Amino acid sequence: MAKTSYNRAIQTVYTMWLREMIRFSRSRSRIIGALATPLFFLIILGAGFSSSFQVKGGGSFDKSFLAPGLIGMSVLFASLMGGVSIIWDREFGFLKEILIAPVSRFFVSLGKAMGGVTTAMIQGILIMIIAWIIGVRYQSIWGIFLAIVMMFISGIGFIGLGISIASKIESHEGFQMVMSFLTMPLVLLSGAFFPISNLPSWLKTLVYLNPLTYGVEALRWCLLGNSTIPISICITVLLAFSIAMTALGGKLFGKMRV
Amino acid sequence: MFLNRGESLIYPKIIDPIIMQYAIETTSITKNFDEITAVNRISITVKPGELFGLLGPNGAGKTTLINMLSTMIEPSGGSALVWGHDVVNGSDDVRQNIGVVFQDTTLDDRLTGRENLDLHGRLYGLDGKMRKERIKEVLSLVELTERADAIVKTYSGGMMRRLEIARGLMHHPKVLFLDEPTLGLDPQTRIHIWDYIKLLNKEEGVTILLTTHYMEEADQLCDRIAIIDHGEIVALDTPQALKNMLGGDVITLGFEKSDNIEKLCSSYQKEGCANTVSNNQNEILITVQNGEREIPHILALASGAGISITTVSLRKPTLDDVFIHFTGRAIRDKEVTISEKVSYTKIARRK
Repeated sequence: MAKTSYNRAIQTVYTMWLREMIRFSRSRSRIIGALATPLFFLIILGAGFSSSFQVKGGGSFDKSFLAPGLIGMSVLFASLMGGVSIIWDREFGFLKEILIAPVSRFFVSLGKAMGGVTTAMIQGILIMIIAWIIGVRYQSIWGIFLAIVMMFISGIGFIGLGISIASKIESHEGFQMVMSFLTMPLVLLSGAFFPISNLPSWLKTLVYLNPLTYGVEALRWCLLGNSTIPISICITVLLAFSIAMTALGGKLFGKMRV
Repeated sequence: MFLNRGESLIYPKIIDPIIMQYAIETTSITKNFDEITAVNRISITVKPGELFGLLGPNGAGKTTLINMLSTMIEPSGGSALVWGHDVVNGSDDVRQNIGVVFQDTTLDDRLTGRENLDLHGRLYGLDGKMRKERIKEVLSLVELTERADAIVKTYSGGMMRRLEIARGLMHHPKVLFLDEPTLGLDPQTRIHIWDYIKLLNKEEGVTILLTTHYMEEADQLCDRIAIIDHGEIVALDTPQALKNMLGGDVITLGFEKSDNIEKLCSSYQKEGCANTVSNNQNEILITVQNGEREIPHILALASGAGISITTVSLRKPTLDDVFIHFTGRAIRDKEVTISEKVSYTKIARRK
C-alpha cells in the first residue's frame, strides 16, 4: 500500500511536469521572447558599461560581469511565470480538472514546480550558451554544472513564491500589478547590473534582503570564480528560501478554491 | 465487463455494486454562502445504473449540489454518500469513483484531445497499456477518433463537450456527474450529446446524475427527475409520473386583463372542469381529463362571469407545466428574485 501511494505521488509529479513540457515545446515564440530581453541587456549594456565604467578595485565591468546576472534574471522571470501560470489554469478551467483528481495537492504543485523549473533552467542554459558565443568565458566545466544546480535551487524558490501568489490572487487583473511590483525591484536590487561591494547602507540592506541577490552571486561564483558574498552563505540562503517557498506554495495551493 | 476490468486492476474492489443499495445518498445536505442558503436540506437517493436528473432554473442550487457531491466544496450541514464513501471523510475514495463534466470547459486547450485524455488517465493511476486501450475506447464512443491529435483550441463547442465526457469516462467511474451537459450547444449537437449520454448509461452501466434547465433534456434522458427550486426539492418522480400528476391535458387561457382571474380559477375548480388550476400573469393553466370536451364548458363559465378570453390552447402536459404547477412560475421566466440573483453572483464569483 505504501508502495502504491509512493508510485501515485511520483506519477502525479511526472504528469504535471509532462504537461508543462508539452506546453513549453508548443510555444516557440514565448521562448524567443523570453530570451530577447536578457540578450539585449547583455549585448547593449555590456558594450556601453565596459566603455565607460570600471569596478572599484580594478575588475572589468563588462558582459562577463553581466552574464550571471542576466541568467539569474531569466531564471527569475521563467520560474515566477511558471508558478503564477496557475492563475491561467484557473481562468481557463483546467485547474478544476486537477483539483478534482484523487491525487495529493502537494504533489500536484510539486509537479508544477518541476515543470516550471525545467523551463527556467532551459532558458538559463540557453543564455549561458549565447553569452559564451559572444565572448563570455567561464572558469571551468564544473563551474558550469554547479551553475545549473544553482539555477535549479533558486528556480524552485521563485516558483514556490509564484504559486503562493497565484493561490492568493483572486483574478488575473491583479496579476499584472503584482508582477510589475515584484519582478523589477527584485531584478534591480539583486546586483545583476552593479557590483554590491560598495553600496550605501540603505541600498545594501535591501539588496541583502533579496533572495535573487544570492542566486546571482552564486552564479557569479560558479561561472566566473569570484563573488562578494561567500558561496557557502549563498547556498544556505538559497536552500532555505526554496524549501520555505515550496512548503508555503504547497500549503496555500492545498487550500485553494476554484 | 468494462466495470470490472478497470477497477480490479487499479484498486482492490472494496464495495460490491450488487449489494450496494444506492449510488448516491444524501441526508439533509445543506450549503450556505454567507446568508444565502443555496441548497437547503436535500435528501435524495440514486440507484446504481440510474440516470437521474436535477431540473431547475439558474440559481436553484443544482451546481452547488453537484459541487458538494463531487467533493469540490464541503457541505455546511447534513451528509452525502457517493458510491458508499462519505464526501467529506472519504473524499479521495469518492474522487476515484466519479467522473465530472463541469458547466464550463476544463480542458487544456493547448494540448491535443489525446494528450488531455492521457494526462487524465495518469492522474487516475492507469498504466500505459490501459491508458492506450481506454483512450481508443472512449474516443470511438464519442466519435472523436479522427480529431484526436488536433489541438483542442481548434475544436468546436460540441466537440469539446464530447471530449470532456470521454475524459470523464477514462477511469471507469461508477458515477458520472454532468453539469448542464448541453448548455450553449446548437439543437443538432444537443441531440447528439443526448445519444452519447444514453449510450454510455446503457453500455458502460455508469450511474449518471445530470443537471439541466432544459425541460426536453430532462424528459428525454432521465429515469427520474428531481425538480429543484430555491435550493429545495419540490417534486421527484419519473418524467411520466410527474406529468400524470397534473391529471390530463393542459388548457391554457389567455386574458386581456388580469382582473377577476382568481375568482374564475376557483369557480373552475368548484365546477369540476379542472383538476389543477394555476395562474401565471395573464394566463390560466388548467389540467383536466378529456380537455377537448371541457373547452366549451370552460368558455361558457368565463363569459358568464363577464371575463373576456383572448386565446385558448390545448396540449398534452410537459415538464414545463409541472414546473409551473409546483413553483407558480415558468422555468424560463426572466424574473429572478433578489436572493437568487445574489446567490448566482456569489457562485459566479467563486469560479
